[in-house]
Amino acid sequence: MTTDVAITTAVAQQFPSTTPRASLDCPAFNVPAAEALALLQYLRDAQGYDFLMDLTAVDWSAEQSPRFTVVWHLYSSTKHCYVRVAAACPADADPAMPTATGLWAGADWHERETYDMLGIKFTGHPDLRRILMWDGYPYFPLRKEFPLAGLPTEMSDAEINEEIKVGVISAPMAGGPFVATPGEPMSEAEPRAKDEAWNEKKEKPE
Amino acid sequence: MVTANPELTYNSKIEGDIVVTRVDAAINWVRTNSMWPMPMGLACCAIELMAVAASRFDIARFGAEVMRFSPRQADCMIVAGTVTYKMAPVVRRIYDQMASPKWVIAMGACASSGGMYRSYATLQGVDRIIPVDVYVSGCPPRPEALLDALMKLQGKVKKERSFSKLLSA
Repeated sequence: MTTDVAITTAVAQQFPSTTPRASLDCPAFNVPAAEALALLQYLRDAQGYDFLMDLTAVDWSAEQSPRFTVVWHLYSSTKHCYVRVAAACPADADPAMPTATGLWAGADWHERETYDMLGIKFTGHPDLRRILMWDGYPYFPLRKEFPLAGLPTEMSDAEINEEIKVGVISAPMAGGPFVATPGEPMSEAEPRAKDEAWNEKKEKPE
Repeated sequence: MVTANPELTYNSKIEGDIVVTRVDAAINWVRTNSMWPMPMGLACCAIELMAVAASRFDIARFGAEVMRFSPRQADCMIVAGTVTYKMAPVVRRIYDQMASPKWVIAMGACASSGGMYRSYATLQGVDRIIPVDVYVSGCPPRPEALLDALMKLQGKVKKERSFSKLLSA
């Protein structure tokens, strides 16, 4: 991977509102949400960053403001280098960001995933439905306050719900994350919870 | 054998045409040797399930090679893989569509207990939504393990009181 050295000054000249973003690998910029699409279009059309590698978001936890940052990763198939663009969502409670589907059709599923996992609405998206969790799931699993093991909810299908008479029981957390211990015999080293504070048999203390 | 009335006892002329058995034994024998699986392949275990059907392991030796992709024609659901909450209602619906009698094999750690996926997305064992007859350990299990499970299930079916169940059903 080569690094596009000229891109930093070019972006700074074209978009004075951007600030450089700390990054260990490729050039990265912070940009106000209102100018994010313009910057992406400039990078695509004028700088040759023609491929949207990834689109995701960061939750900086409920105490932080701005809480959500949307991140775009672009790749140039002519320069063979990457650039990262990050924009903070102005609203913390009901975060939104303009859609990039107009620039890259491939943004469609990435934005649906980001919406599904973090609840960021992409305004102007043609079909903003959940993609991994089922329709009607009330939570956003990658938000900081969401427990790793999930929250009890109704099963997605009302008819099946009636049949089996059990909602979704959240998975036992049992200490997670699950880690393998190195240097042990294989039978002992497999990933397991190190803490059994609560599990399927013992209810989670409230 | 010489008796006054040979018709009431053993008649060598019809030897071989009559077999005396219990109804349970006959029904169970039929069910045991024509187990038609519904392959509920959801993850990596499904690959092992394919291997079971292939020539090296050859599930046909047990009369169970007729994988039915229509639940109406199947009587043994093999849940091979991770059951997510999104998929769970579908698994249950296919189970409901299968004709009775029906049995379930939970293949592998994920189907049996959620496996390593202690997360918001994974059902912690398919027995939360459907009754399971045989659990297979392993991640994924070897094809032999699934064949063993099938034999265990056949052993279970052989011992069922199928006739009285039929009458009471």
